[in-house]
Amino acid sequence: MQKVFERPKSLNDRPFHYCPGCGHGIVHRMTAEAIDELGLQERTILISPVGCSVFAYWYFEVDNVQAAHGRAPAVGTGLKRACPDSIVISYQGDGDLASSGMAEIVHAAARGEAFTVIFINNAIYGMTGGQMAPTTLVGQSSATSPYGRDPHFAGYPIHMCEMLATLKAPRYIERTSLNNVANLTRAKRAIKKALDLQVKGEGFAFVEVLSPCPTQWGVSPDESIDWLEANLMPEFPLGVFRDAKTGEAKR
Amino acid sequence: MKVLMKGNEAIGEAAIRAGCTLYFGYPITPQNEIPEYMSRRLPTIPGGAYIQAETEVAAINMVYGAVSTGRRAFTSSSSPGISLMMEGLSYLAGAELPCLVVNVMRGGPGLGNINPEQADYFQATKGGGHGSYRLIVLAPASVQEMADLTVLGLDLADKYRNPVMLIADGNLGQMMEPVELAERYPNEHDKSGWALTGAKGRTSHLITSIYLDADEMEEYIGKLWRKFRAIEQIEVRADEYQADDAEVILVAYGIVSRVARAVVETLREQGIRAGLVRPITLWPFPSALVRRRAEQAKFLLACEMSMGQMVEDVTLAVNGLRPVYFYGRSGGNVPTPAEIVAEVKRHL
Repeated sequence: MQKVFERPKSLNDRPFHYCPGCGHGIVHRMTAEAIDELGLQERTILISPVGCSVFAYWYFEVDNVQAAHGRAPAVGTGLKRACPDSIVISYQGDGDLASSGMAEIVHAAARGEAFTVIFINNAIYGMTGGQMAPTTLVGQSSATSPYGRDPHFAGYPIHMCEMLATLKAPRYIERTSLNNVANLTRAKRAIKKALDLQVKGEGFAFVEVLSPCPTQWGVSPDESIDWLEANLMPEFPLGVFRDAKTGEAKR
Repeated sequence: MKVLMKGNEAIGEAAIRAGCTLYFGYPITPQNEIPEYMSRRLPTIPGGAYIQAETEVAAINMVYGAVSTGRRAFTSSSSPGISLMMEGLSYLAGAELPCLVVNVMRGGPGLGNINPEQADYFQATKGGGHGSYRLIVLAPASVQEMADLTVLGLDLADKYRNPVMLIADGNLGQMMEPVELAERYPNEHDKSGWALTGAKGRTSHLITSIYLDADEMEEYIGKLWRKFRAIEQIEVRADEYQADDAEVILVAYGIVSRVARAVVETLREQGIRAGLVRPITLWPFPSALVRRRAEQAKFLLACEMSMGQMVEDVTLAVNGLRPVYFYGRSGGNVPTPAEIVAEVKRHL
């Protein structure tokens, strides 16, 4: 009998440690599928960030390196420059990428580093216990914004795709969401496209994924999708922010 | 053939000839000749890459990524910039990654000034970053040694899979002296067992420093420290000058050791049997040698361009057997031979 659905080769046979309803497992699987479909397993180096996905390397059957908080794009720069034939994936969350590592992501993008960034945006710090993130919404309560994020002293959420799209070098920037099947398909397509652009050496590719965090949002996995649609998606519009060779392609 | 080079440039050229063709750095005085030199040379070398990082934080993490592939890479900075690299150095040591970091020390604390100092001794030899680790720390005293210890540093880093720091000062970085360089230096360490190159025809490799379980973490730290104990046994390096019959032992490293040599000569001309111990490895510190010399001496005098940092390692080595005195200048002032001669005479 023909198997029509199976575990990607690039994914280990190990149960995810993520909470019920968390988006990480879905994005891990999409990424592994894309790696397999493009035949990149033997070339891939995955960078695990600091955050809930710090153990991403438990699951991916590829070469792995764990980076300091926020520094993954700098580590990726070193990896890719030292080993240009490898396929480098920097997998980061919002606290890691948009707070501690803001300088690293902006400058990797500005240089047009030829690797792929997968950015999981769930508007909260997961692993450390639900504190306010740079992408936390105005009014959203968290462990460190117990009365809701007040823009008078905590400012406003940062929109990474829009910010990076002001730069000339990036090749591809898209924001996707895990809220329904159509958008899951788009997210997977975006990740695969970002990897394919790296294969072609076309430059920096950035895929943001709006992802549910039921545990830290304080809702059920079911409700988390509604919450994502009602709150996250209006603040962070989906779409392609850059898909053009406006900058100089990397050698 | 000897060529005349600046200390900072000698580091860059020696690194390249040792196969270290990846450099990541950020401008800061007084080490700018290194990134400038690398930015000229590396684009002309196949496989070479120079990147001006956005910060020193990024530079050390670019090194972290680059050396993860098994290639040699280095970065350089000066005191305030080195402070920013401490997180990365802890991660490099924690993940057992080899690299060379050059600190051309300047005056401090804070923004300080761009004059030479030796006040980063504690930071280099005692940790600086978080957690249980050590850096191998090398201290050149001439432009020739800037080159030689760069080559040695890259080799020790690979041998022990640990970061090595070369600490010089603004004087050594800026001054010009004749240097003899080999055409090529060996770069032959086998890294195929751990380097990240894509898992083709092998199981996947992992570079990390996280161990959640207390016993696992303790076991891993124990493994690191067995390595550090071995380094303490094997890799101590020091130089001596007229120390065999000395009753006054000066201890000095880097540029100050050159002043101390002149002091030894002056004192000997005046009938005072002085000698010099010059640590080349600041960690591991040549404690056994210092202790041995203490046994024959009336006292020891540590001389530094700081308010007294290496003197603590001298004191530990001597362990109360003889008096250990200190003479230092700071702010960018280099102690003069006359000042040190006067200090020695004060204790005779």
